[in-house]
Amino acid sequence: MTFSPTLEERFAKLLTSYPPGRTRSAVVPMLLYAQDEMGFVSRELVEEVAKRTGVTPLQVDEVIGYYSMMHREPIGKYNVQVCTNICCLVVGGEDLFEHAKKCLGIGHKQTTPDGLFTLEEVECMGACSWAPAIQVGYDFYHQVTPERFDQLIDALRKAESGKNQVS
Amino acid sequence: MVYNEPSPLEVKVVSRRFLLENSASIDTYLATDGYVAIKKVVGMTSQAIIDELKASGLRGRGGAGFPTGMKWSFVPLNTGKPTYIICNSDESEPGTCKDRLLMENDPHQLLEGMMIAGFAINSNKGYIYIRGEYRYLIPILEKAIAEAYKHGYLGKDILSSGWDFDIYVHTGAGAYECGEESALLESLEGKRGIPRLKPPFPAVVGAFQCPTILNNCETFSHVPAVFREGAAWYAGLGSPKNGGTRLMSVSGHVNRRGVYEMPMGFPLLRLIEEVCGGIRNGKKLKAVIPGGSSTPILRADECDVALDFDSLAKAKTMAGSGGPLILDEDTDIVRVALRTIKFYKHESCGWCIPCREGTTWLTKIMTRFHEGGGRTKDIDLVYEIAKNMLGRTFCPLGDAAAMPMIGFIEKFRPEFEEYLKKKAPGPAIPELALA
Repeated sequence: MTFSPTLEERFAKLLTSYPPGRTRSAVVPMLLYAQDEMGFVSRELVEEVAKRTGVTPLQVDEVIGYYSMMHREPIGKYNVQVCTNICCLVVGGEDLFEHAKKCLGIGHKQTTPDGLFTLEEVECMGACSWAPAIQVGYDFYHQVTPERFDQLIDALRKAESGKNQVS
Repeated sequence: MVYNEPSPLEVKVVSRRFLLENSASIDTYLATDGYVAIKKVVGMTSQAIIDELKASGLRGRGGAGFPTGMKWSFVPLNTGKPTYIICNSDESEPGTCKDRLLMENDPHQLLEGMMIAGFAINSNKGYIYIRGEYRYLIPILEKAIAEAYKHGYLGKDILSSGWDFDIYVHTGAGAYECGEESALLESLEGKRGIPRLKPPFPAVVGAFQCPTILNNCETFSHVPAVFREGAAWYAGLGSPKNGGTRLMSVSGHVNRRGVYEMPMGFPLLRLIEEVCGGIRNGKKLKAVIPGGSSTPILRADECDVALDFDSLAKAKTMAGSGGPLILDEDTDIVRVALRTIKFYKHESCGWCIPCREGTTWLTKIMTRFHEGGGRTKDIDLVYEIAKNMLGRTFCPLGDAAAMPMIGFIEKFRPEFEEYLKKKAPGPAIPELALA
């Protein structure tokens, strides 16, 4: 399996970041960085990470099952994560999540038919003082109202259709 | 960048560079007393460093409030094993969003704090364990680390002291449990974040089975100021035995939510009224969850309390990670309780039965209760189950789930009882096996 030069460079650095004989430490970062590039953790990726870090594929699999940010299946291009934990809840986080379901026409951990959006109800993302908060991919959006949510989704949709026209 | 207006009542120690242009760059850092502390420290002995830190009254900002100098003093020196410095940047306690700002706006301050710890126990390697959700901070930290190498603050023979130190960034991938120190160490080794049996504590057997200093991101960020300005100055900023300042992540129903740096021991009511502009929409205060979602709730009549570890402990709650959630009179406490326990059920790693089963049962009962199918005895049942979880798990996640539930019932029992009346019993819900 080959990766982009940036990812290869990252992997090379990770494998020397830990004490001798501790390359297993690189498993979680490698999976996350690879997922950033490939969209999800494929079977092939599991085997590759296992090979490079010197562990068994099972040891990689058991780690994937533990961490909530790892996806075994492809997800939408934009992963829309809405926090409904208490600090968001009390200022409209749960209502925002309900709104997001309607706006996108999908439920928790579902993907729109065009493959653009995946929706996820998530736990605290660390934006409590600027709640309700969402993350699209890794980008934070603070104090999101239903109106702002719609605007954001519209803007992302427009950007995508613009790209298609160009290509 | 910062995401809220500052308050004139703040005392800025760790946030003093937040508003400067290019605050994350080494040039800004060096122009504002950056890396002054490490220059002093390399002329000190281990013992002198730890004594100074003890005298500063600095206590862990991650939640437990353990005296930092004492924690460092537990690391055995000269065991022949390597030692490690681990920064816990897995900030994930609901209500807390301060470490994000420290890494985004002043990464060099964190690096300098870790260096001081590294020099104190003659460690050559440090790791910043950052939660996966904070992916955008990794390039910022990596740039700061690269700058520090370039200027000779990391690498070989730092400041001609003969001491070498490297810092690496390690990312998690979504797990609250990894904020618990021993689970974090498992995760750092590439495993599931399952807590370890303690003792031995990480100071003796920590990262890679070696002696380790493991502190919260904010704790390390306070360390340079202690050595730059002196322990007495730092201690004097706070209240007795609670040195310095801390970042308070205020959320909920106030007019000006935000992260503010307040002296330890600042009164909670003044924080709400003067710093945050009071309760929004002219409502009355109902309650405060003072230090993150795991800390027991305070009723409005109990909120005349100082925000430090000892005062909040006396009020039978905790200062935790410094994230007061302010709730107004319209807040549905039962709904907050349900969402709280749902979170802990989701995050329980499943290793210990009281936590795994307890959070699941509590979630089932609370869901039934919230949906209108609750029974009078459920209130005592929730209380009893939570009490039986306390102190019976490897790590504090079980306690973190149980403590707030006990608090909700002790402080707001009438509201739970009211729920029974106002809600018509919902559709027939099968009796839970445990009832």
